[in-house]
Amino acid sequence: MNSFVDQVYFLARRSVVRTARQPANVISPLVFPLFLLAVNSGGLKAETHLPGFPTSSFVAFALAVPFIQGALFSTMNAGTDLARDIQTGFLNRLSLTPMRRIAVLAGQLGGVVTMGLVQVLVYLAVGLIIGVRIASGPAGVLVLIVFGVFVCLGFGALGAFAALRTGSGEAVQSLFPAFFVFLFISSMNIPRNLMEITWFRDVATANPVSYLLECVRSLIIKGWDLEALALGFGITAVITAASLTLASWALKVRMAG
Amino acid sequence: MKTLAVARGVSWRMLHNVFTNPSLLIPSIVFPLFFFTAFAGGLSRVHDVPGFNFPQGYTAFQYVFVVLQSAAFGGVFTGFGIARDFESGFARRLLLTAPHRSGIVLGYGLSALVRWLVTLTVLTTVAFAVGMQVGGSGVELFGLYALGLILNIAALLWACGVAMRFRTLQAGPVMQLPVFLVLFFAPVYVPLSLLQGWIHGVAVVNPLTRVIEAGRGFVAADPTEVAAAFFAALALAGGFFLWAIRGLRKAETAG
Repeated sequence: MNSFVDQVYFLARRSVVRTARQPANVISPLVFPLFLLAVNSGGLKAETHLPGFPTSSFVAFALAVPFIQGALFSTMNAGTDLARDIQTGFLNRLSLTPMRRIAVLAGQLGGVVTMGLVQVLVYLAVGLIIGVRIASGPAGVLVLIVFGVFVCLGFGALGAFAALRTGSGEAVQSLFPAFFVFLFISSMNIPRNLMEITWFRDVATANPVSYLLECVRSLIIKGWDLEALALGFGITAVITAASLTLASWALKVRMAG
Repeated sequence: MKTLAVARGVSWRMLHNVFTNPSLLIPSIVFPLFFFTAFAGGLSRVHDVPGFNFPQGYTAFQYVFVVLQSAAFGGVFTGFGIARDFESGFARRLLLTAPHRSGIVLGYGLSALVRWLVTLTVLTTVAFAVGMQVGGSGVELFGLYALGLILNIAALLWACGVAMRFRTLQAGPVMQLPVFLVLFFAPVYVPLSLLQGWIHGVAVVNPLTRVIEAGRGFVAADPTEVAAAFFAALALAGGFFLWAIRGLRKAETAG
């Protein structure tokens, strides 16, 4: 058991150090979502005057977006790093060692979770600095952190699966626009009940990203909304379980080859 | 004549590459459609915000932004092609063989323009298909497209200058990010008068604000700030023309 923990620790440490040594991989997931937050909360502030808008602060409403957007970056980082390990032959060399297969995945995802935690803390700190008050209080902040990291884990595993199946960093990167479509066609900028175009509201309702956003948003602007929390955590659990299963299978195929 | 021959050859090659390669063609058409859908579809209730007065509706309001955005990104995407030509060594061979090298920049400009016109055609067809209302006359719409054309050329010249200085695709973010920033620091979702706080201050001094507001004025049959918009767009194109030509000279010097 200790040996397994050591394996995971060293691979997770390697993953974090490697990410930290590439400023673009650290700065992009931190700065880009915050930039979008700044632009949207400035440009869409007038939306708070719509009847039925759930808060008078658009920043509080939009603060949920960086959490999910940052998780999308985790997909890219995890997938691209793993793809590089495949392309450089590092994974093949690992397969010759007694290392357990699952430790490779756990180590890689350990790095993603660490980076996810940093991202979530930065987004929260920025939100608090610019005057957002978390309606669910200190306990809600803890749930937000746990949820943010959980979403990073789920999306990170999805990135790992893509990397293990394709073995190509470019292929993993090409997923990014697809994820952006999911983000934009969701309740990212307006609550679903205020969407006027029926087909758009239907697509946003069917889009799981809407529920991830609404879970974060409920803790920030409403307090304790058990339905939003159950949907958010439930969907994340399904995404994580499916992604981990697929990634484990892809790793098995890859290391057997 | 030699300049035109070079321009024709460069633009034909560039267009052939784009239109025979789905991975280059599809994003430049799909992304504007996607932004149009996300903004016009998802945010249509914004026209109910007190003080929002655009009689043609939110679809037309966002159509103008997406037209201008697609024009700018059409230029930037062509810049990626220039950088790719330098990476592959093709651009260096081109510099050796072209009798008039300014024709190279002209050729890239022509290909950016054709590329944008294709995107514009698809976008406009979709916009009318979903019921976009236009108040402006044909001449006024032409004003919007003329602004788009100038913006397309300005963005291409900006990206061309970057590509010729760095001569690598790794300079992609340098081409793309400033254009993205300038576009989104303009009144994207609501008119300038409804912006509040710091973004209002930034939007007021952003030259693209004039271009976007004038474009919306054309669609609403209420032309506003037309001279300021054309002046801003032409000034950008003129400045970036010098930037691109100096980039060309740097590329020549680098060999």
